Amino acid sequence: MKLDIILSGVGGQGILSIAAIIGEAALKEGLYIKQAEVHGMSQRGGDVQSNLRIASQPISSDLIALGGADVILSMEPMEALRYLPYLSENGWVVTNTAPFINIPNYPEVETVWNDLRSLPHVIMLDAERLAKEHNVPRAVNMVLLGAASPILGIDFDKIEQGVRRLFARKGDAVVDMNLRALACGREAAHQFMAERRDK
Amino acid sequence: MEEKLLLLGDEAVALGALHAGLTGVYAYPGTPSTEITEYIQASELAKQRGVHCRWCTNEKTAMEAALGVSYVGKRALVCMKHVGLNVAADAFVNSAMTGTNGGLVVLVADDPSMHSSQNEQDSRFYGKFAFVPIMEPSTQQEAYDMVVSAFNLSEQVGLPVLMRLTTRMAHSRAVVTPGPVREQNPMSFPTQPADWVLLPVNARRRYTTLLGQQEELEQLSETSPFNGFHEGPNKRRGVVACGIAYNYLMENYPEGCDFPVYKLSQYPLPKQSLCRMAAECEEILVLEDGQPFVEEQLRGVLPTPCRITGRLSGALPRTGELTPDNVKQALGVPNNKAMAASEHVVPRPPALCQGCGHRDMYDALNRVVREYDNYKVFGDIGCYTLGALPPFRAIHACVDMGASITMAKGAADAGLWPAVAVIGDSTFTHSGITGLLDAVNSNANITVVISDNLTTAMTGGQDSAGTGRLESICLGIGVDPAHVRVVVPLPAHMEEIMQTIREEIEYKGVSVIIPRRECIQTLKRHAKEARNKKSNEA
Repeated sequence: MKLDIILSGVGGQGILSIAAIIGEAALKEGLYIKQAEVHGMSQRGGDVQSNLRIASQPISSDLIALGGADVILSMEPMEALRYLPYLSENGWVVTNTAPFINIPNYPEVETVWNDLRSLPHVIMLDAERLAKEHNVPRAVNMVLLGAASPILGIDFDKIEQGVRRLFARKGDAVVDMNLRALACGREAAHQFMAERRDK
Repeated sequence: MEEKLLLLGDEAVALGALHAGLTGVYAYPGTPSTEITEYIQASELAKQRGVHCRWCTNEKTAMEAALGVSYVGKRALVCMKHVGLNVAADAFVNSAMTGTNGGLVVLVADDPSMHSSQNEQDSRFYGKFAFVPIMEPSTQQEAYDMVVSAFNLSEQVGLPVLMRLTTRMAHSRAVVTPGPVREQNPMSFPTQPADWVLLPVNARRRYTTLLGQQEELEQLSETSPFNGFHEGPNKRRGVVACGIAYNYLMENYPEGCDFPVYKLSQYPLPKQSLCRMAAECEEILVLEDGQPFVEEQLRGVLPTPCRITGRLSGALPRTGELTPDNVKQALGVPNNKAMAASEHVVPRPPALCQGCGHRDMYDALNRVVREYDNYKVFGDIGCYTLGALPPFRAIHACVDMGASITMAKGAADAGLWPAVAVIGDSTFTHSGITGLLDAVNSNANITVVISDNLTTAMTGGQDSAGTGRLESICLGIGVDPAHVRVVVPLPAHMEEIMQTIREEIEYKGVSVIIPRRECIQTLKRHAKEARNKKSNEA
């Protein structure tokens, strides 16, 4: 197997935690992993991305080539669009629809959503609203990871185990909260895909 | 240890150094090198062994302390970002002149594409300049293995070893299998003590010795396990792939490359192997991240009419980091079909955090200086460099660590008024203190703002060397006590801060204003740590 993921968002939205959980799950599966991160100046409210590559064969490049990503997983809708040139022809975009507006010239959010809706393979969900509704407001990134789980090709229980391991030292309550967030994201994604099929 | 670990390149270096019997790591935080020291600071093994891991004031003090560790026979690692080596250069170049006793590895993380830096200088030039061996890993596993080898090599040849990472190696994670853990060295003193006293008479002797070692170092490159010639049937082209460039090359040839490939991870340049490749191939393509270090040297070395291509020839972009895509183009491999970018994407530049004290400082400063005609504000390196961007547009220069004070002084010497310097607390202790002394000695008419957030914020909130002592440092240097003013940068204090700035600009001499309020990122972290501690106790 080979899975190349671009994680994107705005500094501080927690994309590195998503990467860490997928990485944990892959490590336990005995897969090869490379994950390039962004640290430093760009973390201050700027756009951030991480290239996560998982494969059953050794991986050479730390970075994903243009047109090479199987999935763009984004905490922010405009940030999902930023990396479209990296998406492969049959690639998926899984994105939070809630905009993070910290710049004066943020585009009309409806135009951003329309661009996303026009993609052949997309899962869109308001992860922030879902997190609030399910009483897990601090686990928005886990809602998004749950939403991506149907298309990642990694067993869902392996992802759950990754969550357990990553948050174990923070206690059972934190683990449970993140597992609930994961489940509600997964359910929302299934629902979104079903509705899109019916249209 | 059988366990496989998922480590950043930086963390792999740190673990390798610990397992190689490290006695101390010496560093000033700088992206992308910071996580090496942080990993050692958090390591249980380092705690058990009492490995020194406190941050240093700057890269020069770090380099010199590490050389002191080496002097007494123990192993030291010194870490910095590429521009940090400019600060440490005097000590670094001369550490090759003294030679080393215990293993000394100088780890420098370059930042091609300038993700978090003001230039993309290539540290390999410094290694060549100082006549020391250079290593650059291509994988995280190699980074771990290489730092162990680098310590051994350093002790074998009696020289510091420069180990070079680039951003993508430093900040990319992969699986690493650790090796055995070695004991630390016992204390021992140099067998040739005069080598360490670089009086001209000794230095001349040492320089001859150092130059005489170069052939041996080149032979060690030829036989290094990190270098290697991979045969290929297609002699139309040979590829020299340096460090991480090897990955971008092999990404295109999962079944093996049909061109001959030389994987280059240890220098000085193994000329014999490269001449052999040149004799066989019509062209040599040099893939290297950073500047054309190998390509330039090859042009002077190869005896054959072989064509050399790379960054200088235009086969690869002259600036910016290597990517899978520009390497594909250089190899003539077609790029993947890619979707067009959406026209609804706009840039999202980094910005000062909401609630950050630097914001209030700039707000006040802007309001006051705009009352004057010919003011200039000289900035410095840190989060507050973002004050150059909208909405503040508050600074007119940012060059190198500490330059705000000295540039303001120079401009004031030349007649500028008001000449204002803005510098952070950590940058002030790194390289601002000596400049302030110059300003005091010539009674320069400058206003220095030391924006004190009690941490080294830009790199993630490391300790700042002068916390709690900034006023006494300024007074000790000789700034008039009436003109060392402390304010709390909050919107509620705007009038007071503006009045203070106005008074100190009007004062004809050196004045220092210290707006002091903790970085809101470290404030949040400290609050969280306190909460966790409380809940653990409960």
